[in-house]
Amino acid sequence: MMRQGEWLGLYVASVAVALGVSAILIRATGGDSLAVFDALIEGSLTGSGRWGLTLGAAAPMLLVALGTIVSARAGLVNIGQEGQLLIGTAFAVYFGFRIGGPGPFNLVVLLVAGSIGGALWAGVAGVLRFRRGVPEVLSTLLLVTVASQVTAYALGREWLLLASNSVGARNNVSEQLAEDNRLPNLNIFGNQIPSSFFLGVVFAVIVAFALARTVWGFQLRMLGRSPQAAQRAGVSQRSFGMRAMLTSGAFAGLAGTVMFAGGGFQFSNYKFVPGFSGNIGWTGLLVALVARERAMPAIAVAIAFGALRTGSSFVGSTGVEARVTDVIEGLLVLALLVPPAVMFIRDRRRARAATTART
Amino acid sequence: MDFVNGLWDAISTASTYQNAALFAGLLIFAASGEWVAERSGTINISVEGMLLSAAFTSAVGYTVTESFVVGICCGVLGGMVVAGVQAEMSHRLVADQFVVGLTLNILILGLAGFLDREIDLTTKTAEKVQIPLLHRIPLVGDAIFDQPWPFYLLFVVVPVSWWLVFRTRWGLEVRASGEDPQAADVSGIDVNKRRRQAIYYAGLTSGLGGAFLLFVQVGRFDEGVVSGRGFIAIAAVIFGGWTLRGTVAGCVIFALALGLRLQLPRYYEGVPTELLQAFPFLVTILGMAIFAKRVRPPAALARPFIRGLK
Repeated sequence: MMRQGEWLGLYVASVAVALGVSAILIRATGGDSLAVFDALIEGSLTGSGRWGLTLGAAAPMLLVALGTIVSARAGLVNIGQEGQLLIGTAFAVYFGFRIGGPGPFNLVVLLVAGSIGGALWAGVAGVLRFRRGVPEVLSTLLLVTVASQVTAYALGREWLLLASNSVGARNNVSEQLAEDNRLPNLNIFGNQIPSSFFLGVVFAVIVAFALARTVWGFQLRMLGRSPQAAQRAGVSQRSFGMRAMLTSGAFAGLAGTVMFAGGGFQFSNYKFVPGFSGNIGWTGLLVALVARERAMPAIAVAIAFGALRTGSSFVGSTGVEARVTDVIEGLLVLALLVPPAVMFIRDRRRARAATTART
Repeated sequence: MDFVNGLWDAISTASTYQNAALFAGLLIFAASGEWVAERSGTINISVEGMLLSAAFTSAVGYTVTESFVVGICCGVLGGMVVAGVQAEMSHRLVADQFVVGLTLNILILGLAGFLDREIDLTTKTAEKVQIPLLHRIPLVGDAIFDQPWPFYLLFVVVPVSWWLVFRTRWGLEVRASGEDPQAADVSGIDVNKRRRQAIYYAGLTSGLGGAFLLFVQVGRFDEGVVSGRGFIAIAAVIFGGWTLRGTVAGCVIFALALGLRLQLPRYYEGVPTELLQAFPFLVTILGMAIFAKRVRPPAALARPFIRGLK
């Protein structure tokens, strides 16, 4: 009981510090910090129809986070979700418009193609890691830049993604997704809840169950904890790590597809545009880190970060640069890293005190 | 054939090397500190954030005082602050080093974007200093010996890094912390302290790198000035097999790719801009793919040290 109180106290304190520092920063640059926080709450929660949008923004973050959780549990540091998301979406857009077909069928095509695209891009880093010994930390990061150039190239070519009616236009955009191919919204209490959010929650439950209760999850966790032990028990680092990497990329690709085809928070009005990813890949990664690589808490964290995202569009009206939400987000994540680390040290100290008292 | 001719023209122009030297300077500043940090056992991915933070603080320093020296000092300070957060969180508290580094990178990108819009910065590049005689070497002479003066700090930082790591007791302890922290700990070395200090040193050189970026290369701050080059610096350390010589060689090769990217379009227009943009990163990935298996990393690289836990 005492430990729970300690956890709670530490979390409250670190969030308070993060918000306090943000407030000081806003004051120092001549803004009104209370007005900013008010705008954030109104934009994400209390404004009409806003919490539906918040859930819509949270959905892709949650999906990215779930992928991150899978790879992190296997001991891999995949931090290139932003790129995997972009390539996944590009795949979905390409095959979605090439294959066509009736609404629900095409929607499935989109989702599958998106996952495959993301998985392939993560697979590149996986091959580099397991065949060539390149640390995945770095290859995934570098591949983000490459991915954004690849998608920019594809968006500039009519035979790939460019919409035929926007050839020669100043901005390269893809065709707009037809209305019957989009993910439907559910109307609850006057809010449009995008079905992508429920998709995310279902996947969260699946991932949580698979990691905790299946042989596959056990082997994955064993690999993450001790590659040597896993090797002895017949879990090959290469094939399992590779599979974890592909799963992780598939989730990122799925997240991008959901942004493209899902309603709720309008990411780009059902079109694929330059800079489409909008940092969702990075944010999803942070969600997984704050949730300490567990699937169910990731749902709550994703909603909180989604709220920051939807709230930020209201911040501009207070005269403070909307980019301030990026700062708040970063400070929050940094602060939330502290409690687990402090608890770890305290637990060790207590254990040591207990052993010395006994002898 | 046009492409080959164009490529040859680009390779044989002095301005390619002029650009490459600037990129190489930035990468070498960042990578020489990163190399020390990695020898101590940390893959310090916040080097990207350090560069951006330093570029920003040096711009602030110059705007306020109009002195390059103060600007550079502020840059070093900006790099060291980031290093402080990284070091204390990953090696005093036991937060994961990648998690801390990544968060820092994102936080600093946000901060730089926010503050850049709130504060007006007026900066320019430092004046050039020509080294007599040496600058007359064909092709590369001007690139290396006719540069704004902060460029020449390179010729101090690289030897100092080498001397620190291989010729001082501190360096020996840093290397021991990276190779076998348990043994180092038993022989009385405070492993995490050495690792923290190594990160602070990375903050110092990256701070110089950020100031260099501002006062030598671009002259004006915006949030995209670093855009992934910190990661290339980390790649250079891996590419160089965790030797200083190899690291510098890696920096030069990747910098040539960056320089060529800027020059090639003037001589041959057929290459898509996106490919040119991605080119340095592709070279970096390819370089690592070829060399990563032939080299041996510090044995405890990226493994946190907690006494009693192996």
